[in-house]
Amino acid sequence: MRTGNFSITDYLRTRGWRHISVGLFFVMMGLVVFGLFFATKKVEYVWRWYRVPRYFVYKDKIEIKAEIEGEVASIVSKGEEVEVTVRGADEEEVYPLPAESLRVDEGDFIYFGDVLGSYQKWKVGILVEGLWVTLKVSVIAVLLGIVIGLFTGLARISKNPALRWTAITYIELVRGSPLLVQIFIWYFVLGTMFNTLLAKQGLGQLSPLWYGVAALAVFAGAYVAEIVRAGIQSIHRGQMEAARSLGMTYPQSMRYIILPQAFRRILPPLAGQFISLIKDSSLLGIIAVRELTKATREVVTTSLQPFELWFICALLYLVLTFALSMFVQYLERRTAIGG
Amino acid sequence: MVRAENVCKTFYTTHKVEALVDVSCQIDKGDVVVIIGPSGSGKSTLLRCLNMLEKADKGHIYIDGVDILDPKTNINKVREEMGMVFQSFNLFRHKTAMGNLTLAQMVVRKRSKKEAEERAMALLEKVGIPDKVDSYPDSLSGGQQQRVAIARALAMDPKVMLFDEPTSALDPEMIGEVLDVMKTLAREGMTMVVVTHEMGFAREVADRVIFMDEGKIVEEGSPEHFFKAPTHERTKLFLSQIL
Ligand SMILES: Nc1ncnc2c1ncn2[C@@H]1O[C@H](COP(=O)(O)OP(=O)(O)OP(=O)(O)O)[C@@H](O)[C@H]1O
Ligand SMILES: [Mg+2]
Repeated sequence: MRTGNFSITDYLRTRGWRHISVGLFFVMMGLVVFGLFFATKKVEYVWRWYRVPRYFVYKDKIEIKAEIEGEVASIVSKGEEVEVTVRGADEEEVYPLPAESLRVDEGDFIYFGDVLGSYQKWKVGILVEGLWVTLKVSVIAVLLGIVIGLFTGLARISKNPALRWTAITYIELVRGSPLLVQIFIWYFVLGTMFNTLLAKQGLGQLSPLWYGVAALAVFAGAYVAEIVRAGIQSIHRGQMEAARSLGMTYPQSMRYIILPQAFRRILPPLAGQFISLIKDSSLLGIIAVRELTKATREVVTTSLQPFELWFICALLYLVLTFALSMFVQYLERRTAIGG
Repeated sequence: MVRAENVCKTFYTTHKVEALVDVSCQIDKGDVVVIIGPSGSGKSTLLRCLNMLEKADKGHIYIDGVDILDPKTNINKVREEMGMVFQSFNLFRHKTAMGNLTLAQMVVRKRSKKEAEERAMALLEKVGIPDKVDSYPDSLSGGQQQRVAIARALAMDPKVMLFDEPTSALDPEMIGEVLDVMKTLAREGMTMVVVTHEMGFAREVADRVIFMDEGKIVEEGSPEHFFKAPTHERTKLFLSQIL
């Protein structure tokens, strides 16, 4: 390589193309963002990002109102709190409220619905609630999906036809129909049936959330089963033979030899499956589970800022899926042979 | 110790393969029996039938007087007493040499970790690689892997050792180190059934040689008989090709 005098060809041959490509990437990204912004200007959309935070946390004004008519008989201070006693013609009510929120004095006459005290309190917004439901549904469904998938995967490769055919039937049924339809079946068919049975026994009802979780877990379980099966079958059969030749039983060989080795191969496709599951949980809105997508739709109708909110919604899903893939990469490093 | 009576095994794949046809043989305690024969003659199948990795279709196999083809027999108990060494080593790839040697001792023999590790260490010394205790199989040479595999089988204190072409997958310069371990075992009185193409080994340590062809035992006898005066034409042909 030449040093000293600079030559464009040398530069292009060594690092130039890379620099130009990287530059091109940023230019393209910038164009997309700017184009979008420009287009929204054209349709006279007003961006109001400042309206978004209130759907995460907001200050709620809480008013404590009298439910009877009468005189404030006493105000007893108890540390941070005060107890206001209102005495009416033939009844008496005690209202505990924070000391600094107090709006009445002893002896005041109070009408029905008068404010005794008011204060503000931080509350989590509907988007955070939705995110929490999405997280909860996903985590439970992932855990159940792993258990279902593991046992179905083992049944799928079993020599016992009863086990194997059951597993195949389940896998084919679930993989052959749309998740949306399965969610409907879980909620409107199985859910109705099960809840009616519960009612007949005089027990409480199961909320839509649980039918949603069941639908997602059973759906993911079928795919996990195939991933588990492929993972196990990718382990050389000599491993099983060596384990058996040492006198280990089939379950022992699976547990100590095959599954630990299969686990590392299973991890990447498994992560992909669970990322899908997180995204698929957005379908649960249609059976009245107020997860992130449903929450966003509700907020859009009240705030009239759909552009910001749908971007935020997508971003929140991205945070969840990204966190999951980070976690899986960490697991992969942890379980690497010799590591 | 080991007795096979009229064992038959047929594989059905695209077509019917009669891997074993009416095979009978007996291996007494302390015997070293070498099985030779051309590729596809059923040597591996016979060995694998002896510890039920392959289930014989017909006949009887007795290990220490126990009929292993009897459905009531607990095959895991029988396998505990039989070590097996494979052509492709089959070491547990996610475990170190130490892990390979201790796992079955603890899981099957219910030994304590300490006890299992002491036994493992002694065996690694015996096969000459005590310095590799913490190595994973992928970082060992073929010869070292096979010696770990032998040690792993020995750790269970088996009464019989089965070897299926233990040196066929090795580079020539590593064959010696594995054969040396096997010779030591033979001298110590271990009962061994060895499928191999190493005629030197057969000549030196075998009490008996069995020649198989097309699923049948063609000829059986002492090494002297075999290498000096084989009776069957096919045996002569095979030996002339291999020696
Ligand atoms: N699992 C199996 N399925 C189908 N056919 C098999 C199976 N195992 C062995 N065979 C067939 O049975 C016959 C005997 O095979 P075997 O492995 O016992 O021969 P071998 O004497 O060990 O040969 P090699 O020296 O090549 O190892 C062969 O024709 C082989 O193709
Ligand atoms: Mg073979």
